[in-house]
Amino acid sequence: MSNPKDRKYTEEHEWVMIDDSTANTAVAGITDYAQDQLGDIVYFELPKVGDNITHLGKMGEVESVKAVSDLFSPIDGVVTEINEKLLDHPELVNRDPFGDGWIIKATMADAAALDGLMSAADYDAFIAGL
Amino acid sequence: MVQLAEIVAYAVTSLASDPGSSYDSQRVCAYLYFALWSIAHYGLMVTSDNLRTGLFDTHVELGGRIVPFGGWDMPVQYPNGILAEVKAVRTAAGVFDVSHMGRLYISGPKATEFLDWVLTGSASTLRVGRARYCLICNEKGGVIDDTIFYRLTDDRYLLIPNAGNRPAVMAWFQKWIDEKFSPGCSMEDVTTQTGLIAFQGPHTPDFIDQVFDNPLSGMRPFSWAEGSIQGVSVFVGRTGYTGEDGFELLVQGHDAVKIWTALTGSGAVPCGLGARDVLRLEAGLPLHGHELDEETTPIEAGLDRFVRREGTFISSQFLESQRMNGVAKKLVGFTLQGRSAPRAGYALLDNGEKIGTVTSGSYSPTLDTSIGMGYVLERYVEPGTILDLNIRGRTVPVTITDLPFYTRTRRT
Repeated sequence: MSNPKDRKYTEEHEWVMIDDSTANTAVAGITDYAQDQLGDIVYFELPKVGDNITHLGKMGEVESVKAVSDLFSPIDGVVTEINEKLLDHPELVNRDPFGDGWIIKATMADAAALDGLMSAADYDAFIAGL
Repeated sequence: MVQLAEIVAYAVTSLASDPGSSYDSQRVCAYLYFALWSIAHYGLMVTSDNLRTGLFDTHVELGGRIVPFGGWDMPVQYPNGILAEVKAVRTAAGVFDVSHMGRLYISGPKATEFLDWVLTGSASTLRVGRARYCLICNEKGGVIDDTIFYRLTDDRYLLIPNAGNRPAVMAWFQKWIDEKFSPGCSMEDVTTQTGLIAFQGPHTPDFIDQVFDNPLSGMRPFSWAEGSIQGVSVFVGRTGYTGEDGFELLVQGHDAVKIWTALTGSGAVPCGLGARDVLRLEAGLPLHGHELDEETTPIEAGLDRFVRREGTFISSQFLESQRMNGVAKKLVGFTLQGRSAPRAGYALLDNGEKIGTVTSGSYSPTLDTSIGMGYVLERYVEPGTILDLNIRGRTVPVTITDLPFYTRTRRT
């Protein structure tokens, strides 16, 4: 699966994109590379609506059958919505990491901060080097 | 964030090859840290001195994800994933490369007497054609390894140690052969010249009769027989490590690919170490390096029934006294609500006080809940007892449960 060009990426394998530019909200998830490395995902520990999240700060955990990993926030902001479907169907992230498997939505403190993250091409090169 | 994180669960297993290891969390953390450090520095591709089985290229062709385990490069899973592999074994048939496990022949007029001394299970009462599970213990009852051994003739046996423990078992055996049983008993290691394939699941009896030249589905559990596939001879044991019906096949190394392909061609699903670990945990089977080590005895591990009461063997007096006087800690199984899994090294608590440690844990796809095993102080072993589990700072209740978690439905 190629990494969509309509969003930005972190070295922690999260993606983020503008969800609603007038409300300054972003949507974020983990990449296809991340879900593939994790294997079958069975559990998410997610932040609560209203929680403050900070760029590269821990915002939750993801567990697969064999692994546990922290989820890091790609942005500074406040959580406005979590993907409730993941609580019963965490495998959505394995199936569709860039679509139905989104993880959180948040209002951004500064939308310009996205400019500092990797483009799809940069991220392609980054994971090719791992 | 996640690169190679699945190795973490296996890092704990490296404790197995470390004599005198224990499960205190600092040590486990140190191993986990080492695993992550290795990953960060060396990446996924394993370029170490690890051994490879005769099926290594087959695993790579199938898209298997290769991880280091017990000194070998082995597939942890194939592209369909661990959950699909577990389901295949519970409902149909799976095939595992377990060639990393050791194969030792013990032979000679004193072979039986030797095994009666070094094993907790009796060789002299094992009939030719049968197999037995038991422990290899040191003088203090600590478990050097657990093993299945097959009686081939009156004075010849095949013994299967765990991958990472093969050097320790061989050194221990050689010491005792030299001290007490030589001449008259010899040991031959054929691990690297042979292949071992586990064929597990409720459909394996039907499949095995289709694939083999001779019928084998009538074999009794814990027996062995000679078979052949397309003229290639195969040593077949009706044994396994998944809690399902199944067979284990010992072949010459150069025949392993042919036998593997015949089994997958019949419909058996390739399965990796990840599925194997979930399956054995659901079946309540211990894994050396997790539930068993040289600081832990079979009595503590709830394996009394594999320690014979008659005769003298290494540790027999010590283990008998533990039986009489009791032990401070015992292995238990426990379940918890939801899918967040206990992991090796996590603390079990009573009113905030640590009273035990998790040795293995996983989400169980068969039971659709999380399960674990661990050691707790003796007064907490009663099924139904509720304890707290510390999952990375979160406290969740767990319930002590009878083992195994999963028992297969037997055919009548």
